[in-house]
Amino acid sequence: MNNYILIIIILSYMAVLFFIAFIAEKNAKSKWVNNPYIYSLSLAVYCSAWTYYGSIGMAASSGVDFLPIYLGPVIAIPLWIILMRKIMRISKQHKVSSIADFISLRYANNRSLGALITIMCITATVPYISLQLKAVAESFAIMANETHSIGSSIFDDSTFYIALILAIFATFFGTQATDASEKHKGIVTTVAFESLLKLTFFLIIGVYVTYYLFDGTQDIYDKVSQTTDFDLLVKLPGLGGGMDWGFMILLSFTAIFLLPRQFQVSVLENSREKHLKKAIWFFPLYLLLFNIFVIFIAWAGKLSLTENANPEYFALLLPLNSDHTFLALLVFLGGLSAVISMVVVSTLALSKMISNNLIIPYGFLDKFIKAKPEVNAIYIKNIRRISIFSVIIIAYFFYNNFSIELSLYSIGLISFVIVAQLAPAFFIGLFWNRGSSLAAILGIILGFLISAYTLILPFTIEAFTGNSAFTEHGLFGISALRPYALFGIDFLSPPAHAFFWSLMANTMCYLIISLAFKGHYRERNYAEMFVDSKNYSFLQDSAFVWKGEAYVSDIKNVLIKFLGEDRTQRALNLFFRKYNIPSDTQMADARLINFSEKLLTGSIGGASAKILIAGVVKEQEISLPEVLKILEESKETISNNKALQEKSKELTDLTGKLKDANEELIVKDKQKDEFLDTVAHELKTPITGIRAASELLMDENDEMPTEVRQTFLKNIVSDSDRLSRLINNILDFEKLSTGREQLNLKKRNIQNTLKQAIGNTQHIAAKKEITIVNNNGFHYELPYDEDRILQVLTNLLSNAIKFCEPKKGVITLDYKLGNDGIEIFVKDNGKGIPQEDINYIFDKFYQSKNQNTIKPEGSGLGLAISKQIIEKHQGSIWVEKGTKVGTTFGFKLPFN
Amino acid sequence: MKKILIVDDEPNIVMTLEYAFKKKNFEVFIARDGGEAMQILENNIPDVVLLDIMMPNVDGFQTLDHIKNSALLKDTKVVFLSAKNKVSDIEKGLKLGADKYLTKPFSIKKIVSEILGLLN
Repeated sequence: MNNYILIIIILSYMAVLFFIAFIAEKNAKSKWVNNPYIYSLSLAVYCSAWTYYGSIGMAASSGVDFLPIYLGPVIAIPLWIILMRKIMRISKQHKVSSIADFISLRYANNRSLGALITIMCITATVPYISLQLKAVAESFAIMANETHSIGSSIFDDSTFYIALILAIFATFFGTQATDASEKHKGIVTTVAFESLLKLTFFLIIGVYVTYYLFDGTQDIYDKVSQTTDFDLLVKLPGLGGGMDWGFMILLSFTAIFLLPRQFQVSVLENSREKHLKKAIWFFPLYLLLFNIFVIFIAWAGKLSLTENANPEYFALLLPLNSDHTFLALLVFLGGLSAVISMVVVSTLALSKMISNNLIIPYGFLDKFIKAKPEVNAIYIKNIRRISIFSVIIIAYFFYNNFSIELSLYSIGLISFVIVAQLAPAFFIGLFWNRGSSLAAILGIILGFLISAYTLILPFTIEAFTGNSAFTEHGLFGISALRPYALFGIDFLSPPAHAFFWSLMANTMCYLIISLAFKGHYRERNYAEMFVDSKNYSFLQDSAFVWKGEAYVSDIKNVLIKFLGEDRTQRALNLFFRKYNIPSDTQMADARLINFSEKLLTGSIGGASAKILIAGVVKEQEISLPEVLKILEESKETISNNKALQEKSKELTDLTGKLKDANEELIVKDKQKDEFLDTVAHELKTPITGIRAASELLMDENDEMPTEVRQTFLKNIVSDSDRLSRLINNILDFEKLSTGREQLNLKKRNIQNTLKQAIGNTQHIAAKKEITIVNNNGFHYELPYDEDRILQVLTNLLSNAIKFCEPKKGVITLDYKLGNDGIEIFVKDNGKGIPQEDINYIFDKFYQSKNQNTIKPEGSGLGLAISKQIIEKHQGSIWVEKGTKVGTTFGFKLPFN
Repeated sequence: MKKILIVDDEPNIVMTLEYAFKKKNFEVFIARDGGEAMQILENNIPDVVLLDIMMPNVDGFQTLDHIKNSALLKDTKVVFLSAKNKVSDIEKGLKLGADKYLTKPFSIKKIVSEILGLLN
């Protein structure tokens, strides 16, 4: 492919990335940018050119050994999620802006520790970036079909320009805000986009190689199994190899936390904690997909390409070999994506560390304190911009001068081993409050020296001199000091071996020194905040113990230098309001000092913030026990407060309940009054009739015509009947509703009860010539109080008879068996119940207002009593709604 | 001939009152609730209305209100006859403009003499 066309394609692709980043920055709050998938995809910055090209190279030479690097994160992901929550919360609370910040904060913003971590990260990352550049250069050469050579002039080297564009991109989108803990939505979105592209293109080439060039996986396997070195390729690890795998998995596990770019995307760029839930399955899935075709592409390359083809670029060479230039271009762009995202995120992360942990705390503070806020903001940004450029340019020169001879894969592992040295200070520090900064510093240095001796040194010597004497015979010819087999451990691969020894020494050193020397009180203070982060996050700024003399005005002046007048005033107002402190307070307390340090941390890093604030306050030394005592007390206060709050809530609840109960009593009282009123009224009515008729009969006996006298006498009898019926019903109702009545539950045959109820009402029905039909002749036995159910049925039947027209009326009895009980229905074809009455008919003394007929006989208690009886049986009673003709009453009796 | 309208939903009670007032030469109208009473009042102006309070559909208070708002019925006396006999009930009835408030159960003789007294 033509050199210039390729360059144009690369530039267009970069332009697309700029555009995406630009759009994402503009819409930083939209849900597209803050999507959990964007977050999960951005984690795939893990898959750099190392994955894209290096794995295939590894697979072609030593089989499945490339896998542990991806299995580590996959296996570790549940644990990763748990730890991540804690790390994220601490980082957000303290405005952490890099892994160096995070670890040094744990050790009380120790300046030297932060600087050391930064140096470690640079050492690990610069060669790694240079390898990315190497991958670009070599893949470019393959695409452009030119023999690759560097050295004539860097200005002829397209890689240099690509590095330059990357630097501009990272600078532009990485330094928008002075506060380094701010999110970089533009960069993250492009990284996610690139992650999607690189996976898609890699899968395309995988499918192409496996199913187009070959006849599926089986075909490749069959063919490759006939080659001579096949056994080596599929050799599964033995005991030594197994341990090797174990260490490699552990190594990649630490890398997923500690690689600066990984910390950047997973912790610092996380906008919502719940995005972790998506990442927990999405990211492992991504890694698995990425690795499906690696082995087949490697085998296919071995089968189809010549001996001297570089296995790392099989994915490019295979399509080119078959003249599928477009496919090769896709692969090239995928690789470029992997490179760009890795380089941009890594340099972004490094630039913040370099400025906040290496440069600003060593010498720039005095300058800042004297300058104006606007100047400071520009200064800080410039330091970061220069850092980004420097890192990329240094990486370019490293690549230019050293990395020709080095394979992608081995340099990647060296990076991992170096970064892994942060593990004890990081992981143990999160859970062990005794870990001290001195121990962390010495541990890291020791670990680094050992890994330098066992990995970096022999590796570089061999790569550049080709002399393996050092490796074979050890330092001064002492075989116990052989770098790849220290003290006789000769069954591990060099990276695993280096990882094992360096990390063991590092960890032991960390533990022993932490225990041997009493830590500084300030350190212990931060340690407590990290280890017990759940509890201390409640305490917020009060978790910081401080004694001494400080003035709000002094602190404010420092803040203004970095945040400007407006932001400082706003932040302070917020602080005063939050803690309910008068805004004209002059003396600053521990909370304000901690709060101010946090504010500054974002801009200039924790170490500098501490130094600056310490410069304007007079701190009084506190002893360690005192610090612990104060912390314990404030924790107690918090838990006491919580207990008090709970108690007070309980009391409020109780008061509410009492109020409810009281209201219920009032309602009950009112109901009782109403009930008595109604009872009195209902009783008086027949008495009035009896009294009036009797009086007339008594006074006018002689003059009264016989038929009138007969009517009055008949009325007296019916009123007396009504009276006694009423009294019986009231007593019955009272008995049921107060619960004094015990049901006489016995297994009975419902069919017999139904027949008996029909028998009881037959004579009234016959009078109106109404037919009662029993629809269900089946027998069924269940326990119930037969007299009471008979009472209900009789009541329902008499109601039905009452509301049916003479001669035309038909009443149907029926029952069905449900899941948990028997349902009995009484259906009539009378005039039906008006809709507005249906909800009230089971209320006592409720009689329909729309009775146009003469007042129906009855006490107004029949249905209320029926309801009581059925509910006492744990059943229910209802009127079917929406029936077109007549009324259907139903009730349900449970089976037991 | 004096005219009386008896409004009550209890037929047995109405029957006794009807008998007693007819004996005293009243022309007796009967309504089973307020609605029926209003219908009757459209064509007749009784001298007195004997009014139950608790009745279906239109109750005694509503009926009283109707009578008080009718110019034609300005001379018609209204007597409540109710089983509600609490002081508050009686006060309420009189406040609304009833001429008398009698309670159930009642003595026929007393009712008749009260009404006659009211009309003279």
